[in-house]
Amino acid sequence: MLKTRIIPCLDVSEGRVVKGVNFVDLIDAGDPVEQARLYCEQGADELCFLDITATSDNRNTILDVVSHTAEEVFMPLTVGGGVRTLEDIRNLLQAGADKIAINSAAVNNPDFVKEAADKCGNQCIVVAIDAKKTGDHWEVYTHGGRKETGIDALEWAQQMAEFGAGEILLTSMDRDGTKSGFDLDLTRSISDAVSVPVIASGGVGTLDHLVDGVKEGHASAVLAASIFHFGEYTIEQARQAMHDAGIAVRT
Amino acid sequence: MAKESLVIIDYGSGNLRSAAKAFERVGADEGLDIDVIVSGKAEDVLNASRIVLPGQGAFGDCMKGLSSVDGMVEALEESVLQKARPFLGICVGMQLMATKGLEHGDHKGLGWIDGDVVPIQPEDKALKIPHMGWNELIPTVSEGSKDGHFVLRSIDSSDNYYFVHSYMVQCKDTHHVLANTDYGGPVPAIVGRDNMVGMQFHPEKSQQAGLRLIADFLQWTP
Repeated sequence: MLKTRIIPCLDVSEGRVVKGVNFVDLIDAGDPVEQARLYCEQGADELCFLDITATSDNRNTILDVVSHTAEEVFMPLTVGGGVRTLEDIRNLLQAGADKIAINSAAVNNPDFVKEAADKCGNQCIVVAIDAKKTGDHWEVYTHGGRKETGIDALEWAQQMAEFGAGEILLTSMDRDGTKSGFDLDLTRSISDAVSVPVIASGGVGTLDHLVDGVKEGHASAVLAASIFHFGEYTIEQARQAMHDAGIAVRT
Repeated sequence: MAKESLVIIDYGSGNLRSAAKAFERVGADEGLDIDVIVSGKAEDVLNASRIVLPGQGAFGDCMKGLSSVDGMVEALEESVLQKARPFLGICVGMQLMATKGLEHGDHKGLGWIDGDVVPIQPEDKALKIPHMGWNELIPTVSEGSKDGHFVLRSIDSSDNYYFVHSYMVQCKDTHHVLANTDYGGPVPAIVGRDNMVGMQFHPEKSQQAGLRLIADFLQWTP
């Protein structure tokens, strides 16, 4: 039976791990390779690096982080943040990433996803969607939640799956950094509407939130950063909580 | 015994350095004297004592990539079919062992395992495609019996392995299926015959459980 995945996410800026609360007030907290090794030992199912390096001069630092990590940690690695071109994707895959998350570049040019999936395979293209509630639906935002696009998140997810995304990484911008739990309505609406796996993200503050994301949000995987990163909970505790709730996880 | 060498075939299908690291790590941990090289040259395939064929992306593109390397398919046939050197296909590298692939058209494979590569169609329509994540292996031969396969000897029913695929190898001869996984029905996870095995999942991404399979492949003398 396929297991529900628990994915710790590391925000990386200029080669260092940071994690923002609502994307501001960044706190420097460590070496990404060390963190990755720790998560691997704890039995994380995958790892996600989100590169939030602001200046293009320092963008190549993520390639070093990825290659050092991939040489030491034998588990799937997703990398996102600032991916704009096929060359960016190729460079990250060459460095050892398994999956590449595309966000703004997909919004700017949806055909980019098609092209990337054709060239590299659907399995390595993850479309990251940052969604924010607007009235009775959710809209896609870019630029770390600062820029609205007017695109309906549900329709967008369906279109991206059709265009070849192998997976959707869905972040609620309303919940991100709040520790109040996933936006379960959003997660369920999108999980139920697409044929590809959906990773729930944004808002995890307790282990119950992870359980809810799967049971009520119908997510295939749950992603969290701060609860793991600051040592509030271990991956093992997360897995135990999910197991106790009757969710199939890796033992 | 002559020093062993393992070649991971590079035909433009993704990163192979981390895969190479996994094989090197296992070789060192097991105290095996084995050189691991990543190469896109047919002569390196002819010279290697063990061969790994990885693969990422669509079946047709992979087969095209492999065939476009001068002499590569011939070198594989000579090393694997005639000289019977241990061979491991991973993911699409496993699928290429089949007769043909039906992803985006109809593409001829290496034809070593009689069967087609077809879309996974789980009975439960709620199951997502790709089949992505960790799943168990269910060996089709009893573990530890004299018919048990050496490469499968360490598989524990509680272990999980990392899969990511939308297509599967449908074998004509069920004896070629060495292990299944369950995803809305049985999905071939390890196929093989004689000196060749193919793994649909990624042993090199499957942490300790995967590294154990690699260790067994490295010590397999078919």
